[in-house]
Amino acid sequence: MKPSRITECNEWILARFPLTKLWNEHMTHYYAPKNFNFWYFFGSLALLVLVNQILTGIFLTMNYKPDAKLAFDSVEYIMRDVNWGWLIRYMHSTGSSAFFIVVYLHMFRGLLYGSFKHPRELIWIFGMLLFVALMAEAFMGYLLPWGQMSYWGAQVIISLFSAIPVIGDDLSLWLRGDYVVSDATLNRFFAFHVIAVPLALVMLVFLHIVALHEVGSNNPDGIEIKDSKDPWGHPVDGIPFHPYYTVKDIVGVAVFMLFFATVIFYMPEMGGYFLEHANFIPADPMKTPEHIAPVWYFTPFYAILRAIPDKFAGVIGMGGAIVVLFLLPWLDRSPVKSIRYRGGIYKKALALFVISFLALGYLGTQPATPTATILARIFTAIYFGFFLLMPLYTRWEKTKPVPKRLTTVHSLEEQLPALIEEITVLKPAATEIGHTAFKGSSFTRQPNPEGIRNVITRLVKKAIGSLD
Amino acid sequence: MKNLTALLLLLLLSFGVTASEDIELQEASIDLSNNASLQRGAKHFVTYCLGCHSIKHIRYLRIALDTDVDQKKMLKDIAPEGASIYDQLHSAMNKHDAEKWFGTQPPDLSLIARSRGADWLYSYLKSYYTDPKSPRGVNNLVFQDTAMPNPLWQLQGEQHAEHKKNIWGDEYTNLVLKEPGTLSAGEFDIFVNDLVNFLVYVGEPVQLERQRIGKYVIFYILMFLVVAYLLKKEYWKKIH
Repeated sequence: MKPSRITECNEWILARFPLTKLWNEHMTHYYAPKNFNFWYFFGSLALLVLVNQILTGIFLTMNYKPDAKLAFDSVEYIMRDVNWGWLIRYMHSTGSSAFFIVVYLHMFRGLLYGSFKHPRELIWIFGMLLFVALMAEAFMGYLLPWGQMSYWGAQVIISLFSAIPVIGDDLSLWLRGDYVVSDATLNRFFAFHVIAVPLALVMLVFLHIVALHEVGSNNPDGIEIKDSKDPWGHPVDGIPFHPYYTVKDIVGVAVFMLFFATVIFYMPEMGGYFLEHANFIPADPMKTPEHIAPVWYFTPFYAILRAIPDKFAGVIGMGGAIVVLFLLPWLDRSPVKSIRYRGGIYKKALALFVISFLALGYLGTQPATPTATILARIFTAIYFGFFLLMPLYTRWEKTKPVPKRLTTVHSLEEQLPALIEEITVLKPAATEIGHTAFKGSSFTRQPNPEGIRNVITRLVKKAIGSLD
Repeated sequence: MKNLTALLLLLLLSFGVTASEDIELQEASIDLSNNASLQRGAKHFVTYCLGCHSIKHIRYLRIALDTDVDQKKMLKDIAPEGASIYDQLHSAMNKHDAEKWFGTQPPDLSLIARSRGADWLYSYLKSYYTDPKSPRGVNNLVFQDTAMPNPLWQLQGEQHAEHKKNIWGDEYTNLVLKEPGTLSAGEFDIFVNDLVNFLVYVGEPVQLERQRIGKYVIFYILMFLVVAYLLKKEYWKKIH
């Protein structure tokens, strides 16, 4: 039989391009551990948000004017007169905050399960470079609407460079292209935001994934699934990424979109955190706002900057807060990866770190009162303590024995029927006279106080016990 | 540990107190589906505000379409004499004169409700009081030394500030109506509320449309979630 035109076309391409090979290598023959939990959704979600930002960004550039006189009005033009412009713009502005939420959770996953440890140090380095590029992208993108916060935020951050001895003033002048943030700055930030940094981001994502697929994914148990293989050479505890994780990640995508759409359609400003109120006032170089606060995703680092009394030391502190993350694979000396088998010290240290990061984030949004500054100093010390003391406390702590194979943890949906059984009790329904027809439903489930108490005590005991 | 938590809480609380010493704002009741209120607000704006303040990001046509007013009626009843339906709400006052008269150009109000918030605008417009020391003879409780004279004084009447102390010895200021205006207090509240309602609409004309569409989007995503979840369950049946 003569092959059809489509088959011929396929063969023509496959003879010239390794499409099948690539697909197999990275999808159907890429074995991922089968015990990924909730924390493993955020990598694919970060990719989804990146695509969202690029697509909506392309449409925004079609009507946005990178000109100090026109920029603010062109954004309002998009919001009002461009068909569906408001939707595109809200998808982009909400997307930037969503990007940081997803990336922070993705990084926290790394801290939980030791995904940065040998042999995945390079994945972590690429990831950190991505994080830095993402911060640059967000910072420069935030100038573009040319509102008061855009303008003064950029003014404050660029002026930080002038704190560097000797070259500082010239450096900040070179970055701005002017003595203050101006049209020149807006134009170059536009160029970086729409092409230079996105290119770097896409290339780094590529490197991040290539490096990941070379060594294979880590998992909540923090053991290497490649260590136990079946006779055909496949990891026993691994499953092909496609279709298993593609269908699973789609569920994650749906849940994410539910939150994303709720914000876009019902709370696009997110109470002034995603779109700051002061940014609805056009930039005015002659009027400094009373209170300049960066967008929420920068506030932890901003709080560290303000906590340190000397400006140059503050800049170093803020930079150091990010540099220290790069060093993580070498700071952690624990023989185990996953938090499941680490000792109590790391768990407590990580909890303190999370608290201090959130607290710094909050303090960064608030005016720097004396009390707030003292608190910010305490939390800054905890932030750095978590990293710099890590070589000591991870070496001391007593770890638990690591299993050879993945352990099974029952998911919530599997535990649910038994849980419902425990917290409720079957009671005969109070039948009224004349309602005897419903014989099948003569029992109803009612809450069982003792069962609920048992469940809560067990949960609390487990939570306390897991700290050691 | 308990002491430490208590100390932290105490610090956080005292910090929260020092951070909020602003004047308590009065609550505006915003209802963008109330077309009558929006139309009245538009009319009030053109009569009392447009002399100095533009709303350059909206056209009469858009207001007419969104608030369900006939275009002819819009031009006759709401828009100023000689305006075209395609015009944006531009003030006739030029920048040079404005700076001479008020020291600053009155801001465009397209986005004022988004930067200040409805409650602030509502309280601000109601909080003027006579102040002989101020160059314009009035001052504002919400925005001290504002450059804007009170455009609504004939409607509201003349308010005086009374400084009092509460039982804890903290000073506070009360505004008392000395001379009634052409509107009663209740009527004036409704007047200001309509105006603020209109400004909230103007800040983001697509708000109602956005909320209407949102329901369908979220419903669709929920359906998608169900399908995606069932698909995942089916695929993962044999994985243990």
